[in-house]
Order: sequence, then structure tokens, then C-alpha cells
Amino acid sequence: MRYWSERLWELRRYPSALLGMVIILCLVGLSIVTVIAMPYDEALDRWRGGDYWRMHPRNAEPAWLDRLQGGNKPKTLIISSLDAETESVAFTGGKRLKIPLHFDYDFSEFPSEINLFLKAEKHTREPFARLTWHTPDRREIPLGGRRVSASDRFSLSQDWALQRRLGLLPQVGLLARPGTDSPEVLPGRYTLVLDAVLFDEAAEITADLVVYGRVHGIAGTDHQRRDLLLALLWGTPIALAFGLLAAVGTTLTTLVIAATGVWFGGRLDAAIQRLTEINMILPLLPILVMVGTLYSTSIWLMLGVVVLLGIFSASAKMYRAMLLPIRESPYIQAAQAYGASNSRIILHYLVPRILPVLIPTFVTLIPAFVFLEASLAVLGLGDPVLPTWGKVLNDAQNESALYNHYYYWVLAPALLLMLTGLGFALLGFALDRVFNPRLRRI
Amino acid sequence: MNPSKNPSIPKKAEGLLRDLKLMLLLTGKRIIALVLMVLIGVYLTILIANMGGRVDELRLVQIRSEISEAVRGDLSFRELDSEERNQLIQRRVDLEVRRLNLDRPFLLRSFNYLYRAMRLDLGRAEQMHSDMGSREVHAIILERLPATLLLFGTANLLIFFLSVYIALWLSRHYGSLLDRIVIVLAPTSAAPAWFYGIFLILFFAFLVPILPSGGMVRAPPPEDNWNYTLSVLKHMALPVLAMLLSQIFISIYSWRTFFLIHSSEDYVELARAKGLPSRMIERRYILRPTLAPVITSFMLMLISMWSGAIILERTFSWPGLGTLIFQAIGHHDTPVIIGSVVIFAYLLAFSILVLDIIYGIVDPRVRIGAAQ
Repeated sequence: MRYWSERLWELRRYPSALLGMVIILCLVGLSIVTVIAMPYDEALDRWRGGDYWRMHPRNAEPAWLDRLQGGNKPKTLIISSLDAETESVAFTGGKRLKIPLHFDYDFSEFPSEINLFLKAEKHTREPFARLTWHTPDRREIPLGGRRVSASDRFSLSQDWALQRRLGLLPQVGLLARPGTDSPEVLPGRYTLVLDAVLFDEAAEITADLVVYGRVHGIAGTDHQRRDLLLALLWGTPIALAFGLLAAVGTTLTTLVIAATGVWFGGRLDAAIQRLTEINMILPLLPILVMVGTLYSTSIWLMLGVVVLLGIFSASAKMYRAMLLPIRESPYIQAAQAYGASNSRIILHYLVPRILPVLIPTFVTLIPAFVFLEASLAVLGLGDPVLPTWGKVLNDAQNESALYNHYYYWVLAPALLLMLTGLGFALLGFALDRVFNPRLRRI
Repeated sequence: MNPSKNPSIPKKAEGLLRDLKLMLLLTGKRIIALVLMVLIGVYLTILIANMGGRVDELRLVQIRSEISEAVRGDLSFRELDSEERNQLIQRRVDLEVRRLNLDRPFLLRSFNYLYRAMRLDLGRAEQMHSDMGSREVHAIILERLPATLLLFGTANLLIFFLSVYIALWLSRHYGSLLDRIVIVLAPTSAAPAWFYGIFLILFFAFLVPILPSGGMVRAPPPEDNWNYTLSVLKHMALPVLAMLLSQIFISIYSWRTFFLIHSSEDYVELARAKGLPSRMIERRYILRPTLAPVITSFMLMLISMWSGAIILERTFSWPGLGTLIFQAIGHHDTPVIIGSVVIFAYLLAFSILVLDIIYGIVDPRVRIGAAQ
């Protein structure tokens, strides 16, 4: 034990090791917070996409990034009829509601979309709704009307008739200053008046006007309106878990196999040697690709294949070379003399002797596997349901994020990957110097 | 056979002859071993690719649905009643099954596959075809191989020679500013090349558009050879740079450490004490005894690069083997995927063979060990 604590204490002399440890601790902390704050099932369910994200803008960049550049791009505004002053006029067999939905708009750019979500309840006959758009300079733009089903949506920005009438995209034309060549935003208070006729006294109608912005939150959103923060946060525990499990799985099994071969020698050793050689010509990534294409891209299957192919990896030869002289050392003979079993000698006497040399390799292996997972995801072979950094990168690549200037989409997961890689690599390099006395002299 | 124990020192020509014999022996032994390795490796690949016949079932379903769609969509079969149509579909399915050899037991097929794979007869692709229009898997793969070899050969050679050269320099100027910079930058190699590729594309293709973001040659390709070469070079710049960035610091770092350890050996100290020029010390006293490990690590780097190729090529849309595998994934074209794995296995085995031979040439212990 003293050996270990002394070695670890030595680490404090390496600022890079401290930096690496700080990064790793931050990532571990982030994972713990993520896992507690948002349960696994919930995260998976949300990441699947769909209705949960309907009030989020598409491809919005992070808000802070825009503000940092001095921009004033619009945020998403959600105006609910629950906060509006509704005028209600009753008539026999129903009522007429006038719901004004106000919002102040003073951003420099036009919104990306405008939608109105309607929810009508407790009716026997579908209510009728008519929309009017009031601009700050007191123009009124009728937006037409129609019957409202139980859960309905008016997509103002996809209203082709309106677009033809305005001569501009609706979300631009509705908020533009009239009479200018290139459209510019007319700041001020806009009102969407929802005039609804309900054919039942008990009937209710609620409306949410969503003026989608161009910036969103800390991490922005993707093409399916999903908040990237979810994937970036959940990517951390997944990446760490995958890296750690794969590194533990491959190094420990390899080590034990190598030790077994060295201890028993003879045919077993030769067989292990040959298997290592065969394994050397099996290309890891193409095989993973093959397994991913033909079976399933589940992260656990990938982990299993990685560990399986890692058992007889080339490092087995290195361990063997290190273990061979140890096998002949007197303390092993002493152990044999007192009647230690084979497994005891392998696990308690041989393996621990070369663990110190293994620690640095082990630490530097973790980021390698983190990147392997990301690589598979970038190839489109990521786990189908898990939100991971690699999958964010893959989505970004499929949507040509760089070409469309959605740089945040690529940079955020890439930076997190880099940070993980750097953290472990910094620590691993320092550990290498501490545990390999030959390097310490230099 | 140990030469140091041999009292009569053989003459030069005799020694050469003996070495040649030993080398042939070594090469022969290694070739046999490697062929066996490839045989087992390829068979494993085939087994993985067809585990439990699930893939066959999937393919049967796919064949059936495709054929029935084709028959239903064909106007000339509209007159047929459903009975006849079903018979037609069944006939076509049977034909297709026989074409793909799906009616024979897997064990038999697996040995057939193995035999053909070993002869590089990789069968016909199901969906894909080469640019020349051939559906032979080996034609498709061979068409892509030069692109991969060009890109990765260039990058590897560049990285290897640059890093060994710089590392030698650094080991002489140990502790200098550049040395410390390399040590600080070494951990950045934790990220693979494709990762740097993304950033490079961002900078050099979009923010400062001076280099193409992907592909191998301008479209349409230039007519004359000179411009063609220039265009290819331009397209190669970013991927090569990406590989350089991801590999160079770690390899300089490890070479530097390696040379430092070896330059503190007693015989090097003695050479220094004798006052030999530092170039000579480097060549004769440091590089020569470390040549075997240097070469090993070069080949190992090459081997690891083969696998990394897939993603880097995809990032830069480089039309090599990696992109081919990626496209084959998209098409679910099993023969092409298996074929690529086989080719990769061959490439790896070939790399190892070359490594062994070079090893035998530079290290006398190896060739003598082989003869025993």
C-alpha cells in the first residue's frame, strides 16, 4: 500500500497530472449530476424526439455564443392564452372568445418559425377559430380561420397563401417594417388575436403562440428541435462508462491470460501466443463495423466485441515478456513451497507485480475507447437510442452542419471529446513517469 | 549456431551466404505461419458475418419483398391472377436464392467462402458496383485500394521520418524549449485523426476557404497530368495534416524518450568520451542498435492506421477502402463488407511479414533464432 500512496503522492509534482485529474473529476462530477438530475429512461425517451420538443426552435445556436459576438438574435417566445385577458361573450348554445396574445419583439432578426398550438376540450362540435395579426404600427393582417380539432396547430410560417399575400416568408413578412426593400424588423408589441366560437357552454380552448427564435439555451438545438444540452450532458457518463469498462475489460483479461500462459507454459502458452498473432491480423474497426451492420449497434454488444478482440491483443506479448523473469523469482518458488494453488500464484503473485507498469497504459487506454465509441457513432453505427457525443457529431455531419455554418453543433461535442481525451492523457503521461523508473531519470 | 561462440570467424562471402539461407528459412516459416493466421482470421470473419444464419433470414425476407414489389409494380404482369403471380414471385425468389447460394447449408458455404476468399475471389456485390461497372467485389476493392495506399502511405512515411528526425534532434537538445513544447503537446494525440480533420475542414475549407473540404480530385477532373497531380495534392493536404497532427507529437515524444534512454548507455558514453562527432554517434551508436524497435513501431503504427482509415476517409470523403466500407454499410452489402475485412486482414498480414523480414535483416539474433 505504501508503494502506491508514495507514487500517487509524487504526482503532485506534475502540474499536467493535476490538470488532468481536475478535468477528470469535473467530468465525473458532471456525469453524476446528469444521472441524478435526469433519469436514464427519461433522457432516452426525450432524445427519441417528437412532440416533447415542439416548442423548441430548429438549429438554434447557443444564446451565449450570439450575445458574446454582440448579436441580438431572437429567443423563443411562448405566449400562452392562460396569461391573456380573454373576453368571453356567451350566446345560446355556446360562447365566443376573443383571446389576444401579446408579445414584445425587439430582436435584430426575424424568428425562424411561428406556430400556434390549440387545444380544444369538452365540446361536442368542433369550435371555429379566426386569427388576426396586429402589428405595432396598427396594421391588421387577417390570417384566415378554420375548424379546430381537439389538438390542432396553425403553422403560420408554412401558410403558402399567406406567403404569397405578403410576398415574403410569413415569419418575415408579419414582423417586417412595411415599404422597405430588404426586410427589417419592426420592433414593438405584436398581438395575435384569436377569435373563437365554441358551440358548447362548457367548452374550453387554450392556445400557445410560439415565436421560434434563432438562439436557444446553453448548447443550442439540432435539426429535430432537440436540445443538444441533453446529449452533451448524457454523453459524459456514457463515454466515461464505455471507456472505463472497455479499458478494464481488455487490460485485465489480457493480463490474466498472459499470466496464465506464462505460469503454465508449454502448449497453453504456445496456443495463447498463436491466438495473439491471429488476433493481430483481425482488424478491429472493420470487424466492429461488420458486427454493427449485421447484428445490432447496441453499445453493450460493441463493448463485448471490443473486449473479446482485446483479450488476445498485442499487449499480451509485452506482458508475457515482463512476466517471464518474474516467474523464476524466489518469492514465487517460496509460494509454491508453501503450497499455493496455481490460481493463487497467478492472481496474487504474478499479476500484481506488473500492475504498476500497467496503470499508465490503462489510463491512456480510456480515451482511446471513448474515441472508438465516437468513431463508430460517426460512421452511423452508434447505439440507436443513447444520446452520445459521437451521435451528435454524426447528426451534424449528416445535416452538413459545417456547410450550413452550424459550427456549435460540431464544436461542442468535439470539445467535450477533446477534454476527455486530454484529461486522461495528461494523467496517463504523468503516471507513466512516476511508475516507470527508467523514464524518471530523464 | 551462436556466432560469438563460434571460434572460426566465417569469411564475408560465407557469412552472406549463411545469412541469405537463414533469411529464406525465416521468410518461409513466417509465410507459412501467416497464411495459417490469415486462414483462421478470415474464417472467423466469415463466422461472425453469418452467425446463426440470422443474416440469411434477413436477406430472404429482403429478397422476397423486393421481388414481389417488382412483380406487382410491373405493368406487363397486371393481367395475371393472384395464383399465377404468386407462382411467378416464388420462381423468381428461388432463382435469386440459388444465385446467392442461400439454399445450401451454411457450413458448406462457409468453407466455400473461405476457399474463395483466400484466393481473393470475393464474390459478387449485391448492390454496389465499381466505377467501371463491375460487380465483382475484388474489382470494387482494388479500384479503391490505390487511393488508400496513396493517402496513408504518404502520411505514414511523413510522420515516421519527421518524428524520428526531430526526436534525434531533441534528444541532443534535451530540455530545450522545443523539447518541452513537444512534451506538453504529446497528450493531444489522444484524439484520432478524423477528429482533427473536422477542425481542419472547419478552418481551411469554411472559415478560410483555401483548401477543398473533401474528395480526391477536382470535379470535373483536370485533363492534363500536371494539373491532375496538383489537384490530388491539394485534396491530400488536409487529411495528411490531420494525421500528422494526431500522430506527430506522440511519436516524437516516444522516440525522444527512447533515444534518450539509449543515449545514456555506457557504449554511447564511451563514444562521446572518445570525442566522436555527434552525427556519427547518432548513426552508429544510437540508431543502429535501436533500428529493430524503430522499425517495429513504424509497422505497428501502419497497422493501427489501416483501421483508422475508415473514419478519416469518411470525414474527407476520400474515395478509398474506408469510404467503401462506409458505403457498404449503407447498402447492407455483406459481400463487400466481408471482402473489405478480408483485404484488411491481408494487408495486416502482409505488413507483419514485411516487418518480420526487415527484422531478420537488421537483427542477426532474429534470423539465427529462426533457424533453431
